[in-house]
Amino acid sequence: MMQNVIGASAKTQLSLLDRGEISAVELVTEHLQHIRRHNSVLNAVTEILDESALAAARAADAQRASGEHKPLAGLPLLHKDNFCTRNITTSCASKMLADFKPPYDATVVSHLHTAGTVTLGKCNMDEFAMGSSTESSFYGPCKNPWDVTRVPGGSSGGSAAAVAAGFAPWATGTDTGGSIRQPASLCGVTGLKPTYGRVSRYGIVAFASSLDQAGPIARSVEDCAMMLNHIAGEDPLDATTAAIDCPDFTHGLSDDINGLRIGLPRQYFGSDLDPAVAVLVHAAIAELEAAGAILVDIDLPLTHDAIATYYVIAPAEASANLARYDGVRFGHRCADPADLQDLYQRSRSEGFGEEVQRRILVGTYALSAGSYEAYFKKAQQVRRLIRADFDRAFESVDLIAGPAAPSVAFTLGAKNQDPLTMYMEDVFTLSVNLAGLPGLSLPAGFTEKLPVGLQLIGRAFDEATVLRAGHRYQMMTDWHQHRAPMISGVSS
Amino acid sequence: MSVTPEVVSQVAALARLDMTDADLPAVTERFARVLDMVASLHTIPTDGVMPMSNPHDMVQRLRDDIVTETDQRETLLAVAPQSEAGYFLVPKVID
Repeated sequence: MMQNVIGASAKTQLSLLDRGEISAVELVTEHLQHIRRHNSVLNAVTEILDESALAAARAADAQRASGEHKPLAGLPLLHKDNFCTRNITTSCASKMLADFKPPYDATVVSHLHTAGTVTLGKCNMDEFAMGSSTESSFYGPCKNPWDVTRVPGGSSGGSAAAVAAGFAPWATGTDTGGSIRQPASLCGVTGLKPTYGRVSRYGIVAFASSLDQAGPIARSVEDCAMMLNHIAGEDPLDATTAAIDCPDFTHGLSDDINGLRIGLPRQYFGSDLDPAVAVLVHAAIAELEAAGAILVDIDLPLTHDAIATYYVIAPAEASANLARYDGVRFGHRCADPADLQDLYQRSRSEGFGEEVQRRILVGTYALSAGSYEAYFKKAQQVRRLIRADFDRAFESVDLIAGPAAPSVAFTLGAKNQDPLTMYMEDVFTLSVNLAGLPGLSLPAGFTEKLPVGLQLIGRAFDEATVLRAGHRYQMMTDWHQHRAPMISGVSS
Repeated sequence: MSVTPEVVSQVAALARLDMTDADLPAVTERFARVLDMVASLHTIPTDGVMPMSNPHDMVQRLRDDIVTETDQRETLLAVAPQSEAGYFLVPKVID
C-alpha cells in the first residue's frame, strides 16, 4: 500500500488518513522520498521542505490521535513559487527574488495551512509567471513527466509536472493568461482557473493584477473542487475579491448534465489547432453530448485578437507592478552602485531575465505618453468587446467547450527563441482571463503518448457548472487516472 | 520596422533598465515584432466603447478609516538588502 499512495488523488489520500490506514508521517515521507528520487530529472520543485513538512506531519498525526483534527490534516501539498510563504524562499523563479523570504503568508497559503495541509515544497515556474513552457526559470527548465525531452507548459509548469509525477496529490498554481490550464493540459492533470475575484491574490507576487487568479492543479475535478472550497472567498486583504457567497463546490458534482447547453466556438477549431488534438477534443465533447448535453455552435470572433489585447494589457500592468523592484526594499541589489539611478538600473537589469525585461519594455511603451491611447486604452476597449462576446454567447449556452492548448507538449527549446511563437500557446486560454471567467482544463486522451486537455469555460462565478460537467466527464472516462511513467504504484 | 533603436533606448531608460549598444539591435528587433503583432488591434472598431480595467467593472472599495496595521518596521527592514539605523539604505542622493 505504501507504494500506491504515490499518484493517488487527494480525496483517496485523505480517506486513507481518515481511516487511519496511513499516518501523515508515512504519507509525507513517501512523497518526500519520491520527490528526492525524481526531481533531479524533472526540476519541478525548487525547494524541498523536508524538515518543516515532517514536523507538520507529526503535528497532524498527534492531532488526529487526539480525536479533533483539521479537515485536511496531514495531506501533502506543493505551492507554486510565486505564493508568499512565511520565512520560506519565494523566488518567483527569478534571480530578483532568489533570496527573498517573505515575512508573511499569501491568503491562499494561510487558508490551506489552516485546513491542515502539509507543504512539501515550492514549485518551479516561468520567471514572474511570464511564459508558457517553464523554460525561463532562473533555476533552469522543468521537464514534462510524460516525456522529459518536452516542456510541461507554463507558467505553472512545475506545479503541473509535480502533480503528474505524483510528487504531491495537488498543487497551487496561478493563471494570468492560461498558466494553470495550459500546463495542466500538457501534463495530463486537471487545473482550474476560478473566476477573477473568487480567490484572493493577497501575497501572490503580482504580474498583471486585473488578470491574475490562483487555483488548484490536481488529479481530478473532485480534488479541484475540494481545494477551491478552502481557498475561495472574500478577503479583506484583497479589495478585488468578490463579496459573493461561495457554495460548497463538492456538492452537486455528480448531478447530471441533461439538457446542459454547451457552446463550441468555431474559432477554437480552426487552423490554430493541431488536427490530432482536435480529434480528441471533439471525442471528449461527444462524450458530454452522450451524457445529455446539447451542443450549440457559437462564435467568439475576437479569439485571435485577444492575443494582441492580452500582450498590451498584461505587460502594461506588469511594468507597473514590477516597478517595485528597485534594489532598495527587498530583492536583488547590485554591488557598489554609483548613484541612485545606477542602483535602480543595474539591480533591475541583473535581476530580471530576458522575457521579463521584454514585457516591462513593451508595457512601459504601451503606457507612455505618446502610445497610451493607441495601445493601452485601445486594448482595454477591445477587452470590453471580448467580454461582450462571451456575454452574448452565454445568453444561449451554459458552458463553452474547446481545447485548452493548440498542441501537445513541445520539445525543450522549440518555441523559446521567438516570443510570438510562444505567445500563440495561450490562444484558447487568455481571452478567458480578459473576460474574468472560470476555466477548467482536464485530461481528454493521448496522441503519440502525450496528454491532451479539454477546456470548459463558464459564466462568471459559476464554477459549479464547470466542475459538474468536468466531473461528469471524469465519471465516464479514465484519462485523468492514467499515470505518467514516473509513477510506479497504481491507485486512484 | 515600427520602432527605432532610439525609441527602445528611451523606453528602457523610463523602465530603469540598462540597454547596452551591443544588445540594442536584437532587443529592438524582438520588441518591434511584438509591437507589430499587437498593432492588429488598430483594425478593430472601438468608437464609443468604454475601456475595461476590471473584468467585472468593480470599482475601488473603501474601508473605514481606522488603523488596522501594526508597526512592522523591524520585520520589513529584515528583508531589505541593506538598512541602517532603522532605514532603507540608498546611495547618497544630496551632496
